[in-house]
Amino acid sequence: MLNRQGRATQPAVAPSTDPAADATFARAAGTILGHRGLDHEERLIFELGEDGRTGVDLPEPPKVESRLGGLARQGGIGLPGLAEPQVVRHFVRLSRRNYAIDLGLYPLGSCTMKHNPRLNEKVARLSGLGDIHPLQPQSTVQGALELIERLAGWIMTLTGMPAVAMSPAAGAHGELCGLMAIHAAHVAKGDARKRVLVPESAHGTNPATAALCGYVVDPVPATADGRIDLEAFRAKLGPDVAAVMLTNPNTCGLFERDVIAVAEGIHSVGGYFYCDGANFNAIVGRVRPGDLGIDAMHLNLHKTFSTPHGGGGPGSGPVVFSDALKDFAPLPFVRREGDAFRLVEDLREAPKSFGRMKGYHGQMGMFIRALAYMMSHGGDGLRQVAEDAVLAANYVMASLKDVMTPSFDGPCMHEALFDDRFLKDTGVTTLDFAKAMIDQGFHPMTMYFPLVVHGALLIEPTETESKDSIDRFVLVLRGLAEQAIACRDGGGDPAAFTEAPRLAPRRRLDETRAARTPVLRWKAPV
Amino acid sequence: MTRIAFTKDHEWISVEGDVGTIGITDYAQSQLGDIVFVDLPETGKTVAAGDEAAVVESVKAASEIYAPVSGEIVAVNDAVSANPVLVNEQPEGDGWFVRIKLSNPAELDGLMDAAAYKAFVEGLS
Amino acid sequence: MRYLPLTADDRAAMLGVIGAASVDELFADVPGPARLDGPLDLPPHQGEWEVEKAFRALAGRNLSPSEVPSFLGAGAYRHHIPASVDHLIQRSEFLTSYTPYQPEIAQGTLQHLFEFQSQVALLTGMEVANASMYDGATSCAEAVLMAKRQTRRSRAILSGGLHPHYRDCTRTMAGFVDHGVEALPLDLDGSEDLAAHLGKDVACVVVQYPDVLGRVSDLTALAEAVHAAGALLIVAVTEIVALGALQPPGAMGADIVVAEGQSLGVPLSFGGPYVGLFATREKFLRQMPGRLCGETVDADGRRGYVLTLSAREQHIRREKATSNICTNAGLCALAFSIHLSLLGEAGYVRLAQINHGKAVQAAERLAAIPGVTLVNQGFFNEFTLKLPKDAAAVVEALAGKRILAGVPGARLWPENPAAANLLLVAVTELNDDGDVDALVAALAAEVK
Repeated sequence: MLNRQGRATQPAVAPSTDPAADATFARAAGTILGHRGLDHEERLIFELGEDGRTGVDLPEPPKVESRLGGLARQGGIGLPGLAEPQVVRHFVRLSRRNYAIDLGLYPLGSCTMKHNPRLNEKVARLSGLGDIHPLQPQSTVQGALELIERLAGWIMTLTGMPAVAMSPAAGAHGELCGLMAIHAAHVAKGDARKRVLVPESAHGTNPATAALCGYVVDPVPATADGRIDLEAFRAKLGPDVAAVMLTNPNTCGLFERDVIAVAEGIHSVGGYFYCDGANFNAIVGRVRPGDLGIDAMHLNLHKTFSTPHGGGGPGSGPVVFSDALKDFAPLPFVRREGDAFRLVEDLREAPKSFGRMKGYHGQMGMFIRALAYMMSHGGDGLRQVAEDAVLAANYVMASLKDVMTPSFDGPCMHEALFDDRFLKDTGVTTLDFAKAMIDQGFHPMTMYFPLVVHGALLIEPTETESKDSIDRFVLVLRGLAEQAIACRDGGGDPAAFTEAPRLAPRRRLDETRAARTPVLRWKAPV
Repeated sequence: MTRIAFTKDHEWISVEGDVGTIGITDYAQSQLGDIVFVDLPETGKTVAAGDEAAVVESVKAASEIYAPVSGEIVAVNDAVSANPVLVNEQPEGDGWFVRIKLSNPAELDGLMDAAAYKAFVEGLS
Repeated sequence: MRYLPLTADDRAAMLGVIGAASVDELFADVPGPARLDGPLDLPPHQGEWEVEKAFRALAGRNLSPSEVPSFLGAGAYRHHIPASVDHLIQRSEFLTSYTPYQPEIAQGTLQHLFEFQSQVALLTGMEVANASMYDGATSCAEAVLMAKRQTRRSRAILSGGLHPHYRDCTRTMAGFVDHGVEALPLDLDGSEDLAAHLGKDVACVVVQYPDVLGRVSDLTALAEAVHAAGALLIVAVTEIVALGALQPPGAMGADIVVAEGQSLGVPLSFGGPYVGLFATREKFLRQMPGRLCGETVDADGRRGYVLTLSAREQHIRREKATSNICTNAGLCALAFSIHLSLLGEAGYVRLAQINHGKAVQAAERLAAIPGVTLVNQGFFNEFTLKLPKDAAAVVEALAGKRILAGVPGARLWPENPAAANLLLVAVTELNDDGDVDALVAALAAEVK
């Protein structure tokens, strides 16, 4: 029942003061406005703006008789007005309070935070690509349609699959796409099924997606060595199982050795194999998921294929399909017809398709960036990506296994999983350890995921870190681990962990308060 | 005669006559962390033993509360809806969730008593 | 290879520490038959200028709306984006940062999301907004799912004035389990009576404002009827600049407002990435999908921001989540926010006035062409013309003359012959008199 990893979400807060007052900032920083050197406090745009000012010069509107049908806006909106210099300064100051991959290593397991090439930004902004309208006559956008088809070709070659749906907007959207195609395939056979098998280690989007499609989620346990329990999986197979959703490599950073047996098992009962491709960075160019028996798999262009994370999005989640499922793929899709390219949007031309999932055609801006990335690396470079990613993670694992506790024996793939056994009796939790990393200049690794180990710490360095960068990261983790272990049985300096971070723009924030009394927008003071 | 029983999912039920009051144990609230929201069912709803009776949310986790026994929900504790802190502060008192009219009191025999639950929790650490 | 820093020496040293003879050993778990011995049959790596050359070639085969008179709309609009916007979103700390799960080192992202949520709530006239979704169409589907959860009813009624992409996404995603999504047909004469479809099992009614043909109507009476029937009113806005001139849906009784935010800050980019806006009433907060950013304090008592109410989301609720959504539109939401910050209230309202004014002038001139009639009574910056012949053929012919005349009805309603002669024309601040001259002249010649 209990998602047992509840943990402290409330720091001990200073005596009550106005949290937005200069005095509060001044006290914390020891300066008059709360600025500290190059780190500036910055208020909300609503607190900076004034009526009437604008940062955009616009001409007089034409004088016309209104055709708004009597629905002209009554009253003001409440938006602040600022001139351009104030707006620029506001957002520049905000930007400086963010960690970023351009700034430092992100060891986030399952996120694949690799370098975002700037060439990709340049080509995405070319006139004729960044500024074309989705509903222009197709004869006027043949270059755009060819670009999508070319990217689709790379994706199919890399995965060894015969078809790909390009329209899903993100990984989770791609999962939905895959499961909907599976659902449609079963319904087309007159055999709507009820259950989807999902490993306990799966990312939360997997069961959420299955439930959205009306399936009952049946969790499959893991073995002691972190892989899916094949016997348990086989025991759960039956004619009512629609699909299995497997991440490979899995969320523990391990390749599922029994993947082909899983494929055979699910196919033997007439079900389909959905593969979560979030960890494709470990195997790109070295393994084709099509050779493992999958029926559908989403890729995250913002993970393996370097499109920028942008503080949380946008992403793109194309889904490859096997022959069994490809007819059910969503609309629209690009079809080559001789030398021309056509976007198929009409259900009458693809009657088995389960329909449309998104406005227009997909995340074209991310397609451009991902294709530029693929072309830059080439087949040879992409294979090297996987090798270096796996090498880097194993190097981290090997460098730290004597002082931190790896959850599983043997080599990992592109991410190294540790758990909090090394922190036992220190009074330092995984959370405290992670926050201490911030003071050391690093974004924490993925923590408390996957749920199958306690206090998980999942580290994915990626292939775009130099050895020097990884060595310095390892140095910091080793140092912190040793400091934490020194806190065992009452020694050391636990405050360096429990009060961390002390050096970031903010100390730990009261997440309990944010949830108990939500304040989700600015309101003008009365 | 009040009878108190516990489940492996860390719910307690305190039965007087044919009405049981249900909540989560102190161990459970400490594991969940600060409770921020409680999602209670509607009165009149019938539940079977093992059905979801409520959901408790902390900042980082959400947990189902299962009905330890079958019956009809006759009351819900609006106080915890309004003030989820109660669940952390008085989990085994004012922080109760629902009251249920038991349809099959024999189901209580399958649950743990206070001593058995205490031993169970010790075994978990 | 320029993005791969490890040298052969580095790799050898790392293998030494690992204790493996080669990297192949690290792939030992891969079943033999599935192991690829060498690179796949793909082109080898290329330097920057070769890649750029290839993309310029692809770009060169597309007709750019920046360079010719362009009147395309239908849910995506060509507006001027101030130079600062693209400059600011390319700052490393915005472009290359992760989701703000470690709030102490992500206050930049979190604060801009809080500002974004506030701006969206203000524009739509609603109480609370989320931190964005993929686009307007998927936001619409999510709104219907939310209405079904909130009311525990199974049917959704979609107005015929709803953009077909929004209709289809909603059918796909929200009609999936219970098929409870009924889309009314395109309503050319304005006779659609949504209230007549209300019933005890109807969770929500979805209308677009202005509708897909550009028509505007007061939704207040509909909102009252919908509420009286115990359902929710969902209003979809595809041109967010319209709310600078029009009454916001929140003032007319909307329960959920979904919108496409692309018009502010986000380039056309052939349809994506865009930014979905989602706003609702506070009493529905727990059922709202998507990320939420909230205000709080840190250990020193200073105001700060965090992602909050996460227990609704997939990474915690898993199969009981309000949605499976994980990402938001991130950088596109930032672009929206920066653009709106630059405009300010005065600029936003004036921008809307310019759009409406230019559209009124263009509509007058186009409706004066013999054979061409204006379908709309009212409109904001987009209206529908009825042509005396197939609009798709007209559009193709005008494209040959390097004019992007608008979106023909067949593109949106290919199965509806009544739509074939319709042309959706959008006019923005970027259309000057020369553009309209060219369109009027070419259209007149084509329909003679």
